[in-house]
Amino acid sequence: MRSILHRGEKFQPLPTDDGRLDQQMPGGLWQKCPKCSELIYAKELENNLRVCPKCDHHFRLRARERIAQISDPKSFEEWDRDIQPTDPLQFEDGSGSYSEKLQATQQKSGELEALITGAATVDNRPIALAVADFDFLGASMGSVYGEKLTRAIERCAEIGMPLLTVNASGGARMHEGLFSLMQMAKTVAAFARLGEARVPHISLLADPCYGGVTASYATVADIILAEPGALVGFAGPRVIEQITKQKLPEGFQTAEFLLSHGMIDLIVDRTDLKRTLIELLNHYARVHQVDRGESIPWEPTFIEPQSSNGTGYEDAVPEYKRAAATGSGS
Amino acid sequence: MRRAIHRRGDNQAVLEADDQQEPENAAGQSALTPWDRVKLARHPDRPHSLDYINELMTGFIELHGDRRYGDDQAIVGGIARFGDRTIIVLGHQKGADTKENIRRNFGMVRPEGYRKAERLMKHAEKFGIPVVTFIDTPGAEPGIGSEERGQGTAIAESLLTMADLKTPIVAVVIGEGGSGGALAIGMADRILMLENAVYAVASPEACAAILWKDAAKAPQAAATMRITANDLHGFGIIDEIVPEPSPAHENPQLTIAAVGMAVDRSLNALMKVVDQPSGLDRLMEQRYEKFRRIGEWSEAEETDRRADG
Repeated sequence: MRSILHRGEKFQPLPTDDGRLDQQMPGGLWQKCPKCSELIYAKELENNLRVCPKCDHHFRLRARERIAQISDPKSFEEWDRDIQPTDPLQFEDGSGSYSEKLQATQQKSGELEALITGAATVDNRPIALAVADFDFLGASMGSVYGEKLTRAIERCAEIGMPLLTVNASGGARMHEGLFSLMQMAKTVAAFARLGEARVPHISLLADPCYGGVTASYATVADIILAEPGALVGFAGPRVIEQITKQKLPEGFQTAEFLLSHGMIDLIVDRTDLKRTLIELLNHYARVHQVDRGESIPWEPTFIEPQSSNGTGYEDAVPEYKRAAATGSGS
Repeated sequence: MRRAIHRRGDNQAVLEADDQQEPENAAGQSALTPWDRVKLARHPDRPHSLDYINELMTGFIELHGDRRYGDDQAIVGGIARFGDRTIIVLGHQKGADTKENIRRNFGMVRPEGYRKAERLMKHAEKFGIPVVTFIDTPGAEPGIGSEERGQGTAIAESLLTMADLKTPIVAVVIGEGGSGGALAIGMADRILMLENAVYAVASPEACAAILWKDAAKAPQAAATMRITANDLHGFGIIDEIVPEPSPAHENPQLTIAAVGMAVDRSLNALMKVVDQPSGLDRLMEQRYEKFRRIGEWSEAEETDRRADG
């Protein structure tokens, strides 16, 4: 049985159990799979999208690794990268101030915030990405996370670009208090508008996803995907155990558990994610073409797979970039 | 348009104004610490949702069930007459004693409770009836069954429904505003809050347990989390503080009456918006903007702009 202790470890605010530090072998040439203990040649692990070739364990990904895996080379154009968190509550806990913690986290992670947004192409299909970085304060959702996501959603609604959110988060960021909680309302409201514009939102749940993100935009997407074995829930397993004094059933809150309880559409192996995205994007592009004729804004940028190196692509990208640029001013 | 309007400078002005008012309208309560208010907000004799409903409304018919799984008694809802209006009223319901608390699950809502609330909100929209919600919960229930039935999804769907509900919504935080479980029925056009109520992203105990590794540091957590009505009004997150002439459990009638008047004022203002041509569109636009603007951040181009100004 997978022990509860092991699961508990996944809730450290800044995890080291994803194989990056403690499982890394000297020299970084080999990595040990935390699930099957197999020693994997680092290069081979990268080539396999950081999925254990032996047991299919999905290692956690940093946001930029994920973006690189999904998007066509050099196609990612980041949005709102200069927006930074402040400390509206002057929050201070036992270990110091939020401002200090932010600075340290920014330095350690190399990111300004826990969410990275932008536009890219996936096999030449334009798509917006909003990817959470769990190494940044557990990818908790505060003001900047909410604002960047909302701007991305509004842009997508305006230019008709489908949006993929990749969600691995500890929930609302405590250090920003009710500002954080209200980002749940803010992002869901923006997604309601995206829905009215009939632009698809695909949510990918990755390990781990909890609290305010599970209880807001991540679970009201048009399509909800999850990675195998990802832990997803509202309340954390330790909290549930402490409060209910009950033993948690095996496999509780895994992606497989969610699928069997009807909460998600599909579990997608990471090595199959890109193909699934391409299929989905093709389907929605066709629906829009039949349904709404030429009025839908992202139809002109849709390219059939076989024309991947054709001229259509070069024409299309400037168009959505132009739209994105004008959209950002509103 | 890309500006966050709740800047420190703006907040400070509001906070100072509130501080000056406090001695008058709070009659000696101003010395209360945030932790004192947490204790007041949780006081067992504090009036709960049904007390407000019974006192302020007539002809209340409770409507049960989510039509999917069950009837969660941690949330009550129904149709009632409030003044000269028919409304749909919803509220978290804590118990008055241990026995009732067990039945009410201490006001901790399960997915079926949020789905009942969502169903009744859609009912209100269908008939053009305004919605009034009372918020008083430690939080959504953490439990095996709740997870199996999609606690996160239930809250998220309730938010999605409220985001686009084409009828006015007024929410009143009457006691404990516990995180997502509170927000799930709190995405309103007007958010009112009682003077001694608290509204937080996590309980002070949970925050202390995670960040201090010691739940006993809850009073310190309560202070730094800025969870009081005054703090949240200063941040522009809640719209109005309803004063408690004395702490609500000492003289419930006075507090309940004050809430009744404040809700009535808010409903009147919102109905005025709705009654205009394309009023519902304007209401929807205002609700969107209300939540859209919440947040604080810094951004390179803004610093420049402010420096210029």
